[in-house]
Amino acid sequence: MTDRKLGALMFAPAVLFILLLIGAPFVLAVLYAFSDVRIGSTGFHFVGLENFRSILQSPSFRQALQNSIVFTIGAETIVIVCSNILSIALEKPFLGRGFVRFLILLPWVAPVSLGTIGWKWILDSIYSVITWVLVALHFYKPYGAPMWLGEPHLAMASVILVHCWRLIPFSTVIMLAGRSAIPKEIPEAASIDGAGFWRTLFQINIPMMTPIISIAVLFGIIFTFTDMTVVFILTAGGPFDSTQTLPSLAFATGVQGSDLAAGAAISLFLVPVLVAVAYMMLRVAHRAEVV
Amino acid sequence: MPRGALAKIGAVLLRVFVLVVFTVLLAFPFFWMVIASFKKNLDLYTVENNPFLFNMPPTLDNLRLLFGETQFVRWLANTALVGLIVVVITLLLALPAAYALARLTGRWGERLGIAIFLTYLIPPTLLFIPLSRVVAVLGLQDTIWSVVLVYPSMTIPFSIWLLMSFFKSIPKELEDAAMVDGLTRFGAFIRMVVPISISGILTVVIFSFTLVTQEFVYALTFISPESNQMVGVGIPIFLVRGDVYYWGSLMAACLVASLPIAFFYNLFLDRFIAGFTVGAVK
Repeated sequence: MTDRKLGALMFAPAVLFILLLIGAPFVLAVLYAFSDVRIGSTGFHFVGLENFRSILQSPSFRQALQNSIVFTIGAETIVIVCSNILSIALEKPFLGRGFVRFLILLPWVAPVSLGTIGWKWILDSIYSVITWVLVALHFYKPYGAPMWLGEPHLAMASVILVHCWRLIPFSTVIMLAGRSAIPKEIPEAASIDGAGFWRTLFQINIPMMTPIISIAVLFGIIFTFTDMTVVFILTAGGPFDSTQTLPSLAFATGVQGSDLAAGAAISLFLVPVLVAVAYMMLRVAHRAEVV
Repeated sequence: MPRGALAKIGAVLLRVFVLVVFTVLLAFPFFWMVIASFKKNLDLYTVENNPFLFNMPPTLDNLRLLFGETQFVRWLANTALVGLIVVVITLLLALPAAYALARLTGRWGERLGIAIFLTYLIPPTLLFIPLSRVVAVLGLQDTIWSVVLVYPSMTIPFSIWLLMSFFKSIPKELEDAAMVDGLTRFGAFIRMVVPISISGILTVVIFSFTLVTQEFVYALTFISPESNQMVGVGIPIFLVRGDVYYWGSLMAACLVASLPIAFFYNLFLDRFIAGFTVGAVK
């Protein structure tokens, strides 16, 4: 058998599996979006753009689309700034670095749903530790503090906070990897030539790290934009849809509301972002000459 | 003291400050889980009590409730079983595929490798609606077999990607020599390449297993009976009874389920990161 044939044979099962469980469902999702499938009925009729028309008119959808964008951009901006700072602080070895790294990484490596439950307790309407501290410092009278997850703007801020909390560790380790790949001689030469910390940072380190920063940002965008776990557990989209995102609305409509067709149509709105991110990632990989 | 030394001390202090602030903020929820796990309910639910202190003696009641009166152990067992099966399926499919891409398919294979990596970016929230139908049609709904079927679609792409770069780092002469000695190409792969790839395989094992424990959307969509839950869904959905949260037990459950996973993931983190960076770091 030639190598090429054997290669195709060894490769085929995995590709088949991926096509059946990723490719086929994706095609189904598109078909569903143009149909009237519901949980509990076997009918399947094409209804054209009907689902999209009703979705685009629904205030919940518009709110969800807007929230998804706000959450993603908001969280990602904070994540990039913080993880850059943290990766600088973590770069040089020090006693106990391994343990500090483990603590810092916990939010990323522990299951998301469980970490989010921890936040739900921290942000509890009555027993919140944040409330207790603010009351103890006399910022609020007892029982006078706001409910963190009960008021639209605070709930939105909480969702962003939890996303940041989860993604800062991930972004930090990626940037650490990028930082350690910069040849030590370059920043050293710059400092001998009289460049200060900021100049080295902005004119040498950050430009050299652009590919790696883009990778961190692209993954971060995907992880935030397509995530429904944080929102589902923390607020379930409430209060009044104020924290609803596209994925959580798709779940509420398609699974909890039995309207598979509308749910599929909503989740298809994730695709443009995914395609854009995939394209950017290919460009970064291409510049790094792996393709 | 000279100005340079002063600036140095300032820089060190700033670094320590940054590290302390971030470590405290990032690890705080887990610290808070530890505190809540061992507190008496009355202590947890008295607003006036300082929540940082044990105002009443610590208790093991929360753990007792968790292990004795909930399905927590069952969920852990379900998760471990699903994790093991998914790991086996992932290895069976990803190992040959990665080898083929690394060695046998030439330049064409590299492009396919990137394409496979990109499928890792497709999120569960895009596919869970059609897959819920597929799972129902196959009669797998409400059983752990639904996620056994679907999870490999999340683990295989990234595993192929990780193994591919691992195989590329093995010198070709190894298989060439084995083939001169009479092994077929496939025989050389099984007898020579796989055994020396243990550390790459271990990376895939840990990656796949942790991904199974971390997944939420598919398990939530496909499985509804309490006793068939995975741990990541069982805790947030079923430890909440009505409107009452058993916060002590809930926090203990999160802690017990998170720490081992976090520990193992952390051990292999650098390799996952090398995979994530798509060659943007050399």
